[in-house]
Amino acid sequence: MIREQEDIIIQTICRFFIPFMQVYGLYVLVHGHGSPGGGFQGGCIFAASFILMAILYDLSEVKRRFSEKLNVVFFSLGVFIFVGVGWLCLLLGGNFLDYGKLSKILPADPVMARYYSIAVIEIGIQITVMAIMVSIFVDLLTGGEHEGAAEEEDAGSNSK
Amino acid sequence: MNKLMGILIATIALIALLHGVEDLPKWADPNQPASVHVSPRYIERAVEETGVSNVVTAVLADYRGYDTLFETAVIFTAGVAVLMLLRRPIP
Repeated sequence: MIREQEDIIIQTICRFFIPFMQVYGLYVLVHGHGSPGGGFQGGCIFAASFILMAILYDLSEVKRRFSEKLNVVFFSLGVFIFVGVGWLCLLLGGNFLDYGKLSKILPADPVMARYYSIAVIEIGIQITVMAIMVSIFVDLLTGGEHEGAAEEEDAGSNSK
Repeated sequence: MNKLMGILIATIALIALLHGVEDLPKWADPNQPASVHVSPRYIERAVEETGVSNVVTAVLADYRGYDTLFETAVIFTAGVAVLMLLRRPIP
């Protein structure tokens, strides 16, 4: 289990870096249309900010900000967004994942409909990758024994 | 004896693979099958068909949407597998 860091240098640097990492993760996501980047990379960067947060504070801080229930919802939600876009195309009379058909409900022509739906599915990928990375990190760190929030707070208060 | 056998099998496999390398197209050959099938069309038409200036994103998320969908599904499965294998209720 990771203990809370006492070192003021690590504390200051990490506290400074975490918001920038999260903004950069979102930047990589939205900039995937024009440069290398996209959901997978952006999700990994975003998840790295939570891992840094676990190194800076202890694990209960990460779980307080990004709870286990939210995590499970998120990593289903990303895949759901992706498949949902595919199904929407199917319902509008195209093939599965044929984004051009979305121009019937979006205020855009088929080309721009493809452009926007690529952005939407990248957001889905980002959400899934971020939640899975955080989840796997937490599970591997604690060997899976981190369920109840009450135990976490007890363990945290003991270590202080 | 086992070691000798292993070396023999590895050598035979190496020779067989190297024999196969001869038939591969030349490096950066513009007429190789992979370069004349669909990739010229993707490069020519990706921007006008999808509006995305990054052709890699266009191919990854649009032309090869199934691939990306199931990559995401693989990551999802990995996460669920870790969750199911490792997580135990605290007594």
